[in-house]
Amino acid sequence: MAASSGDNPGGAPLPDVAAAQVSRRSVLKGMAGIAGAAGVSAFLAACGAGATTAPSSGGGVPAGSPAGGGAASPAGSARGTGQVTVGSNNSDPAPHKGMDLINQAFTKTTGIQVKMNTVDHNTFQDQITSYLQGTPDDDFLWFSGYRMRFFADQGLVTPIDDVWSSVKSNFTSAFATAVTGNDGKVYGIPIDYYPWAVFYRKSVFQQHNYQIPTTWDDLITLSQKMQKDGLIPFAFGDKDGWPAMGTFDILDLRLNGYDFHVALLTGKQKWTDPKVTTVFEQWKKLLPYCDSQFAGLTWQQSADKLIQKKAGMYLLGLFVSQEFTAAGSPSDLADLDFFAFPDLGTQYDAEKALDAPIDVIMMSAKSRSLQQDMNNAKAYLEFWSKGSTQLLMFQQGTGLIPTANDTDTSGYTALDKKAVQIVSQAKKITQFLDRDSRPDFAGANGMQSFLAKFLANPNQDLPTLQSQIQNFWDSLPPAS
Amino acid sequence: MDKPRRADTTPAPAQSVGAGPSVLTAVRRRYSLLTTGDKIVLGLMVGIPTILDIVFIWLPTVASIGLSFTDWRGVGAITAQNWVGLKNYIFLFTQYIFFWPALSHNLIWLLFFVCIATPLGMFLAVLLDKDIRGSAIYQNVFFLPVVLSLAVVGFIWELQYAPGSSGLIDGILGRTSQTNAIDWLGNPSINLWAVLVAASWRHVGYIMILYLAGLKSVDPTLREAAAIDGANERQTFFHVIFPVMAPINTVIVVVTVIESLRAFDIAYIINHGKNGLELLSTLITNNSISEANLIGFGSSIAVVLLVISLVPIIVYLSRVMREQAS
Repeated sequence: MAASSGDNPGGAPLPDVAAAQVSRRSVLKGMAGIAGAAGVSAFLAACGAGATTAPSSGGGVPAGSPAGGGAASPAGSARGTGQVTVGSNNSDPAPHKGMDLINQAFTKTTGIQVKMNTVDHNTFQDQITSYLQGTPDDDFLWFSGYRMRFFADQGLVTPIDDVWSSVKSNFTSAFATAVTGNDGKVYGIPIDYYPWAVFYRKSVFQQHNYQIPTTWDDLITLSQKMQKDGLIPFAFGDKDGWPAMGTFDILDLRLNGYDFHVALLTGKQKWTDPKVTTVFEQWKKLLPYCDSQFAGLTWQQSADKLIQKKAGMYLLGLFVSQEFTAAGSPSDLADLDFFAFPDLGTQYDAEKALDAPIDVIMMSAKSRSLQQDMNNAKAYLEFWSKGSTQLLMFQQGTGLIPTANDTDTSGYTALDKKAVQIVSQAKKITQFLDRDSRPDFAGANGMQSFLAKFLANPNQDLPTLQSQIQNFWDSLPPAS
Repeated sequence: MDKPRRADTTPAPAQSVGAGPSVLTAVRRRYSLLTTGDKIVLGLMVGIPTILDIVFIWLPTVASIGLSFTDWRGVGAITAQNWVGLKNYIFLFTQYIFFWPALSHNLIWLLFFVCIATPLGMFLAVLLDKDIRGSAIYQNVFFLPVVLSLAVVGFIWELQYAPGSSGLIDGILGRTSQTNAIDWLGNPSINLWAVLVAASWRHVGYIMILYLAGLKSVDPTLREAAAIDGANERQTFFHVIFPVMAPINTVIVVVTVIESLRAFDIAYIINHGKNGLELLSTLITNNSISEANLIGFGSSIAVVLLVISLVPIIVYLSRVMREQAS
């Protein structure tokens, strides 16, 4: 491992370190609008191809290079030792255990110590901007998509094209797209993904002789049957604000298609568009079959209703299996199955689009220890690109499917295999509303609150609500 | 320009010389009473608090006001392009649909505390002041929630308020089925009141202990005198004890107002302050400290909260200063 990190295009550690020095300084300068051009060249330098950066960094860093050189030599001489700091949002028990196992395996393989800093999942998200600007860890876990590019655009993340070029053969092109920033550079290693679908218990469907619905009418008929049988057709818990976004996504994808959905979330389409009205109208038809206590329930509490056979279906991500592992028995988990959200009879049904968020591990730009740990940080990223590493996390029952091609899939359950299949069959994949849009738009007093407002009173005047959403979007500062 | 002025001013001291010397020397002598060490100590005693006050209170305040006119997102330097004038305020007042609910929730919070929670705490204090049996136990029982942080209070009450069969309150009310369960914290038309009960649970104990301390310090002879004059319990309290407690009353009012304006933890713990639990403080946090990081917009909400907070502060200070003057 030590050897392979040394063999990276990073090559000799010194240019890399110098480059990192440049990027930090010049990004700040660039932000200040003092040295825009210098910022660009240095930023290119930071992409880490050691040989090509040397000339440009020569001009840009005279002040920084002594310090950079000084810091580099210990890191260089101590290959395979030292440490790497890692910021983790994997705070739930199962993924936390997975992180521990991976870190142990990394230390065993490379001799590099891992200092992990675990923060509660939602808190990590809330604090991400100040975290990345303050004293971030060398590597940190984050999300792909708009949410990755948003921070890359602000220069808070280090591009890792050199690491990527040595590991990219282990990923499909879809993953490559998901980790590429607006500037064409790669900013993360995809580590797992999970599809959103309609989950149900096979035994419940067998007991009542339910059929898997493939059309909207089937779905409504099934829901009505379930209500007669004393079941809540759809478990639903929106206390955390984001679960409702999953329903919006799938309805918009089915009714208006992938292109419109993505354009809407990135501000290229207006929320006042009548197409958005149709999404809310369709949602209204589904709400009578959703758990009426949704506003006070977390996703875990709603999943419990599925486990306890009080609810028949649940539109959520594959991570719902975590709750089956935590609150149910192994037989409950074996009973869990899912189907794709039914077709709505539009031309976009054929896209088979769905939310399948990809988690990534990235390298920060402002970590104080990054200069010293650069090679270790890269080695850690590289370690995460292996199927064997990702499998350690997967084996904890996290419902997070590995991304690497060389993953040993022999341990996959039928559910896991189905999850891989549904994603590979989808012609279009989205990341989830809050990962495909601006974080300041999707937050608690942004889109989360707007959707809560809709759900509290679905019969309100929808165009008014839509113009309120659009006003909020328009009020946000320019994206970058 | 210099010369005429000097010519103008020189006669003045010359004229006052007759009356002046004794005053001047007296002043000089008074200063000379202080050693250099004294002066340094005095300077530090005045200077350090002033610097702390400026650095930790005035600078952030002025910075917040300044930031409220920008669209700064917390990354990089603030440039002229970030200047947006009154845009944040205009959007806040005219279009941001969560602002007016948040403001009215803060006012409801204040009214609820002033009209119900605080008087209840005072009432409990008066009762416990009667030396009834087990007074110490009651004191502890009512005071216990004050020791808990509002975050813990929020968590405890979440369990009580959980909808359906999993919640204590719905269980007691027999509303455990899917159709008739009351979603105390999820229903936006009742969750504020549910949260107010939880917050009051803590606030009542706080006020009680403050007021009880005040009652204990009231001179017992006043009560005796009132009793001899034939006043009943109610008259004694409202006409003798309450007026004597004026300083404590002021503290109680200030504490109540502060608690209402800074209400945050409990709503944030429950659902990040949305869906009927919007408060100015949670709006500030969600917009400026969260992933959103709209520091400029969040600052404009903070300035509104500052202006609101200034009202009780000015009332309180002017009252304190009047007392000191008299």
